[in-house]
Amino acid sequence: MMPETSNVRKRPFRWHILVFLGPAAFVYTVIMILPLAETLRLSFFQVDSVTRVVTFVGLENYNQLFFNVYWVGPFTKALWNNFLFFVIHMLVQNPIGVLIAALLSMFHLPGKKLYRTAIFMPTLLSFVIVGFVWKLMLSPLWGVSKGMLSSVGLGSWFMPFLGREESALITLALISVWQFVGIPMMLIYAALLSIPEEVIEAAECDGVTGLAQFFKIKLILILPTIGIISILTFVGNFNAFDLVYTTQGPLAGPNFSTDLLGTLLYRTFYGQQTQPGDPNMGATIATMMFFIILVGVAIYLFFIQRRLTRYEM
Amino acid sequence: MAVSRARRNRVAELGAHVILLTFTVIALFPVILIVINSFKSKRAIFRDPVALPNAETFDLVGYTTVFTQGNFPLYFWNSLSVTVASLFFVLLFGAMAAFALSEYKFPFNRLTGLYLALGIMIPIRLGTIGILKLMVATGLVNTPWALILVYTAQGLPLSIFILSEFMAVVSKDLKAAGRIDGLSEYAIFFQLVLPLVRPALATVGVFTMIPIWNDLWFPLILAPSEATKTLTLGAQVFVGQFTNNWNAILAAMTLAIIPVIFLYVLFSRQLIRGLTAGAVK
Repeated sequence: MMPETSNVRKRPFRWHILVFLGPAAFVYTVIMILPLAETLRLSFFQVDSVTRVVTFVGLENYNQLFFNVYWVGPFTKALWNNFLFFVIHMLVQNPIGVLIAALLSMFHLPGKKLYRTAIFMPTLLSFVIVGFVWKLMLSPLWGVSKGMLSSVGLGSWFMPFLGREESALITLALISVWQFVGIPMMLIYAALLSIPEEVIEAAECDGVTGLAQFFKIKLILILPTIGIISILTFVGNFNAFDLVYTTQGPLAGPNFSTDLLGTLLYRTFYGQQTQPGDPNMGATIATMMFFIILVGVAIYLFFIQRRLTRYEM
Repeated sequence: MAVSRARRNRVAELGAHVILLTFTVIALFPVILIVINSFKSKRAIFRDPVALPNAETFDLVGYTTVFTQGNFPLYFWNSLSVTVASLFFVLLFGAMAAFALSEYKFPFNRLTGLYLALGIMIPIRLGTIGILKLMVATGLVNTPWALILVYTAQGLPLSIFILSEFMAVVSKDLKAAGRIDGLSEYAIFFQLVLPLVRPALATVGVFTMIPIWNDLWFPLILAPSEATKTLTLGAQVFVGQFTNNWNAILAAMTLAIIPVIFLYVLFSRQLIRGLTAGAVK
């Protein structure tokens, strides 16, 4: 794309370009790209636990991960949990984000900034704080959530949500939604504000107002933003670890029901209880996560983003 | 701001207020609950969790435990120094690279830009095993430098991406005038361009800072020693040790929340401007 005419003329080597680019390229390559490549490489090797002899095993680690009963169960479970975690975010977090942004942009409300600031606040808290705040709130010991459910007549609904296999993962996903709903809200709010007046005026002239206007016009115009939010959610969710680790510990209890790929990677690498850590299997899982994220991003870039019409606004 | 064209429907507006207020309460309630209970005696915490502390229930025992048992001032200092140093390198190296990419035409310019942008989509965590090997080999494990280097690498892709968009629109005439006056390329960058993109630097800074301050993964793996623990890791360990000391837990969490809220109030305008300026679009 870039005309390289300037290069035709002979000129002295421009050292300053190298000086400007050098530090960033160096740190990025050494600390990020090479370790990623090293992780990929490690997944093709095995280390004998006694003799410490390193052998090249090709795809054997992947074979283990997919077909050895010892690995395939935890791996598919973590993958499935991760998928559910993502689906809950897509179904709860992003629609709520759209709803809040729509309400903020549709009306001329006093206190709008206050709402926006408050709803975004949890996004800034660390997972450690978020995890423990909710762990305490949901704890049957403290009884805050039980008391609140009782006050609206739903006291019998209370259960130790984080302590039961069937509800722990959903509860964690909803906590994560609580934390991050501010991001889709902000991005969609910004997109809604950038819709030009003329478009809205034209719609109103044609008698399209209110909800119909929102669904038929605004929502279509902000689809590219929703696409970006979806891919950000995907990458974030398939990389999640901290929330499960802080609330449920590295064993992702109860009975691994909240295990995500991130916690499985951590346990595999560091070992758990009686089982020693295995960096090579850890690297294999990390490489699988890498491919899952890559495939997700590629699907988005080549199939979804291309179909989304971008309207010049 | 555009005046809403929708019919001024009072009922709909009231409905919007109710919904937004509900979400605001949901967002703030847990945080407020922790903060108010951290100032109460243990009995009061359990008897009436939602009550504000009063003369009878006011108790600072949690804070005294935190300050006598935990190393929180040290953790805070570690977090602060790691965050500030990483931020400095991300902004300096990121701005320099962004300037090179947006200002000069050279072979593989686009390819270099794409290579550097790769890291926006690929989480650096997946290279953890390789990073740990590297840090062990260079003896940087359990030093702040391990974290600073990792966070610098992690922050660079997005900062280069955003900053080069901003640098591309800096007036060409200004730079040309600088060159005619005999300024070196370095002087043009540091004296002319950098001051002009200060708002963009602030935005990138806020975006870079939040995940660094809150990170648990890398401190846990690269710098878990007592001397290098960050506030996030320190709070995690502390809360794990004092499982039954609710006063101490609530006080520790309040202490971990306060710096974030303080920074948010300080930078919220920058953050929201950055988000709504479409920098992330």
